[in-house]
Amino acid sequence: MQPGSGAAQTYGSRYGGGHEPANLGDILERVLDKGLVIAGDIQVNLLDIELLTIKLRLVIASLETAREVGINWWENDPWLSADSQRREVRERRADSELEDENYRLRQRVRALESGGRDRD
Amino acid sequence: MTEPRGLWVYAVTEQIPAGSLDQVAGVGGGQVRTVVADGLTAIAEDVPLEEFGEAALRRNLEDLAWLEETARAHHRVIDAVVRQSPVVPMRLATVYSGDASVAAMLAGRADDFRAALGRMSRRQEWGVKVYAAERAEANAAPAHGGTEDTGSGGKGAAYLRRRRDQLSAQQDARRELTVSAELVHGALSQLAVDSALHPPQAPQLTGTSAPMLLNAAYLLDEQRSEDFTAAVGALAKSHPALRLELTGPWPPYSFAGVEQEEEAW
Repeated sequence: MQPGSGAAQTYGSRYGGGHEPANLGDILERVLDKGLVIAGDIQVNLLDIELLTIKLRLVIASLETAREVGINWWENDPWLSADSQRREVRERRADSELEDENYRLRQRVRALESGGRDRD
Repeated sequence: MTEPRGLWVYAVTEQIPAGSLDQVAGVGGGQVRTVVADGLTAIAEDVPLEEFGEAALRRNLEDLAWLEETARAHHRVIDAVVRQSPVVPMRLATVYSGDASVAAMLAGRADDFRAALGRMSRRQEWGVKVYAAERAEANAAPAHGGTEDTGSGGKGAAYLRRRRDQLSAQQDARRELTVSAELVHGALSQLAVDSALHPPQAPQLTGTSAPMLLNAAYLLDEQRSEDFTAAVGALAKSHPALRLELTGPWPPYSFAGVEQEEEAW
């Protein structure tokens, strides 16, 4: 069972005679990401868990630590950030205003064109 | 009735000797018990909905301290069960309203559970993470002191050439590492019944600055685990640019919820 010099052997569990408690990240990626998914009576939105896993993949200890080392992509991720959700809504609204304007202008052009030549 | 309760389900197994989980504390700190139906046994715990109900779970899952404690407890129970008997582990936070609905779940999927338990029988999950060894990173940047810095184009062009060589050396080193990691995965897969790839963990999670190149899980026949650990050691030796980390044995988390079942269920 003795691994070679380059292999740092740890144990996922005490089962099998290991001595180190399992790494939290290893446990979380298994119990949250894997394992059999059957919806129980208590409905936990799986998306919530999914979302959480993403966050955890990034950093366990604290988001602040990640921010300190310059990792902040979740701040721009619509799933993870209320701010960007609001921004997205705002952008969507701006988009639809543009579409409306576009539509009105197209109607206008069409009206003008059909006034000049009798076709679309 | 004091407070509303639910049933947190850890895993499904065929049967487990009475009393074998007496010493194991569950997620709610209570006694772990069983619900039996159709020749199958669900390992469960009565939990207060005040902490494990829908709204509470949504809140608590975002609380990292709570999550850590709960995930460790969930794992601890499943780990205790797998020593006794093959298991199909349930995802964290699978909560039922009571014995009747757990029994209905067991009965409704009895064939699938039995098939999955058959696949897990006398098998173990092992995890292997492959990192770039620190020294490989150092080698990737070639020495640039004391070399000739002339040549056509003068100093600026020489700098750019040097920089380009450095970058391409780094890219080569990186490609080589990736290929080595793939070779390791290929060799280990040969020994396994099945394998699964987890996303590589971020350095913040692993506590090391070395990039993780591979985060794999292997389902092994029990009697092959020694061959497997030996193979990990041998591979570590033959790929000095890599650092291999072996974890396990795990309950078969990464293989219990495989596609076959998801399609059927």
